[in-house]
Amino acid sequence: MADFLRYRGDETVDQPAVTVDAFLDQTNASAVRVEPGDDARALIPHLGQIALVEVNFPAFGDGRGYSSARILREAGYGGELRAVGDVLVDQIAYMRRCGFDAFEPDAPLDPDDVEAALSRWPDVYQPAADTRVPILAKRHGSAS
Amino acid sequence: MRLLTGNDLKTGAVTWWTGSDWSLHVEDAADVSGSEDEIARREESARRVNAPNAIDAELQDGSPRPAHIKDRVRALGPTVRPDLTLKPADPEIGNWVI
Amino acid sequence: MYQYDHYDQAMVDARVEEFRDQARRRLEGQLTEDQFKPLRLMNGLYLQLHAYMLRVAIPYGTLNGRQMHALADIADTYDRGYGHFTTRQNIQYNWIKLEDAADILADLAKVEMHAIQTSGNCIRNISSDHFAGAAADERVDPRPYAELLRQWSSFHPEFSYLPRKFKIAVIASDTDRAAMRLHDIGINILRNDSGELGAAFYVGGGMGRTPMIAPLIREFVPLDQLVTYAEACLRVYNRYGRRDNKYKARIKILVHEMGAEEYARQVDAEFAHLLEQGVEPPLAELERIKTFFVDPAFASDAGADIDRSDSDFALWLDRNTVAHKAPGYTSAVISLKPVGGIPGDATAEQMHLMADLARNYSFDELRVMHTQNIVLPHVRKADLHNLWTALDAAGLGSPNLGTVEDIIACPGLDYCSLANARSIPIAQQISERFAASGKTEALGQLKLKISGCINACGHHHAGHIGILGVDRKGVENYQLLLGGSEAEDVSLAKITGPGFDEAGIVDAVETAADIYLRERQDGERFLDTYRRIGMDPFKEALYG
Repeated sequence: MADFLRYRGDETVDQPAVTVDAFLDQTNASAVRVEPGDDARALIPHLGQIALVEVNFPAFGDGRGYSSARILREAGYGGELRAVGDVLVDQIAYMRRCGFDAFEPDAPLDPDDVEAALSRWPDVYQPAADTRVPILAKRHGSAS
Repeated sequence: MRLLTGNDLKTGAVTWWTGSDWSLHVEDAADVSGSEDEIARREESARRVNAPNAIDAELQDGSPRPAHIKDRVRALGPTVRPDLTLKPADPEIGNWVI
Repeated sequence: MYQYDHYDQAMVDARVEEFRDQARRRLEGQLTEDQFKPLRLMNGLYLQLHAYMLRVAIPYGTLNGRQMHALADIADTYDRGYGHFTTRQNIQYNWIKLEDAADILADLAKVEMHAIQTSGNCIRNISSDHFAGAAADERVDPRPYAELLRQWSSFHPEFSYLPRKFKIAVIASDTDRAAMRLHDIGINILRNDSGELGAAFYVGGGMGRTPMIAPLIREFVPLDQLVTYAEACLRVYNRYGRRDNKYKARIKILVHEMGAEEYARQVDAEFAHLLEQGVEPPLAELERIKTFFVDPAFASDAGADIDRSDSDFALWLDRNTVAHKAPGYTSAVISLKPVGGIPGDATAEQMHLMADLARNYSFDELRVMHTQNIVLPHVRKADLHNLWTALDAAGLGSPNLGTVEDIIACPGLDYCSLANARSIPIAQQISERFAASGKTEALGQLKLKISGCINACGHHHAGHIGILGVDRKGVENYQLLLGGSEAEDVSLAKITGPGFDEAGIVDAVETAADIYLRERQDGERFLDTYRRIGMDPFKEALYG
């Protein structure tokens, strides 16, 4: 069973993540933890110095973290984006699409289930924070 | 008295705890006063029941009758389709529900 | 109508296999019920009062004969021989087994149908005008826009765990037949002063325990920015909609608490940002979808003459047919409201018949109305008598569209675990009462809507007469409401006063109807009279 999954080639960031408020107060940290109620856009002026953003999912049904992730990727954030907390195998395909490239679930995941979940969808209908070309564009000659 | 009810995980059918097993018929239900939480936990984790919950009932003519109308409809079936209830041939059953 | 290409089919097939795997993991104990519940709900599978219930999507209420036959086969094979058409233009089956659910989804996928996102806190089935593509008064067919939004919202990675469910309706006419402004987003496709088509967005309407009429948020969104604007609306909601209280989590509460202007401002800011992200599908995709919704080959020589000598047929003709845009054609409504029957229920046999009639008389097309009836949208006037004869023989010929007998009713306490009181028996007794008294004809258009709890699936807030079932110390009790409308003259009904018991509410409806008959002026509907004279005369008669 896997309690940490990572889809990046670079070194793992070992620094402990600080809260968004703490980060904005003392700007030498390079790892930040975004809670559901935090405004991810507050980090945008400082993205250059951040290597890890943890987005916390205290309960899997609270979907604010999906927007936080996509907002950071849309702003050009290229560092690690890690989903932590109540992260379940049936949510991680959507999380990958929103830009998460690492997962640290409270309860370990079965690697086979993870592989099945991430390879499930032959295509996607809409653009998100990944590079997949949506069906709605493929139909009209965009590169597949 | 307290009855323990839930649904069969595979079929969804409404079931009642008899003291030793699950039955489709509320007449078979046993009083579980005091032990409802323990039985519910055990049976749910063994997947012999889904969404168990305990309800209030009273004995009427020797059979348990749930205290709330919702549980009586649940025990019998839709009042507007007597043919689909557990007692399609009983013309008086509507009075038991309402 | 729309047809899947290999992309659509592959996505639906993948979903079936995903759910098959999830159901297996649930049955084997790898998923708890808490974890499985949101997954099954996003495939329309509820645990209801008596069993699992499956809600199948009928996108914007449009289906063909083959699909209707498949729905009938599911009723026969996996359920108890019938289904229930809903106020969201879908169909529900009441007696489903979890172990069969994936097979049912696979059967649906064979006819390009699914149960995707028919429940859960995600974007639900998109609803639309049931006369789309046929109505004499529409600007354009609204369904291509609904289909575009269906595809965009399917498996949306950011918006699948919203604060609460999210319902979108699309119309393209001044007449609102889809309760557009009682949706989370209501879209009206219209033309601007330059004659270009675009979309007016109304956001934050809804029924439920806090009914609200959606305010206009943006007057005109160009068609090549439609999806981007919807995405902006959803993102603001996903980020800021309330999650602390389930009963305050719908977008109507956000828009209300934030104020429509502030909500619109935040959406505009997000919209400007998203326009730079390139999330809009190519306009060519909308054009591709439109090719599926071109008019069928209407006969240019279809005659308009109808033999009205059969008086029963003439009555049905006057009540249940609606003006069509093509000469010699009409839209015919099949009533699922027989006197004393269960509103919206149809047997497998009736579904098969409706499918056959659609093939013979309506270019193989059917529609589900939010009022729980079925439409054959394109019927030649010359075929109407044959159609009616076949319907009447199958118990589907009730001539009561829009009358007091054409009652919307939720399943209520007979089927629903959320309900507080039964809805269906009230509907049955009211239709029987008015049919027996002969007042149905005199009352004319009278929209009567019944909900068995405050979640308002039976649209009681929007009834000319509404009934709300409540639980009063374990006994069913019914509140009476007057003056609602879901149409272009949208309004929310008001409670008359203390509630009634089962017999009392049927009497109360008749009392209210009698006040209308006494007070009405020329040409007034019940709603018009109520709006003119107000609540007092009704209260006086009801409570003395």
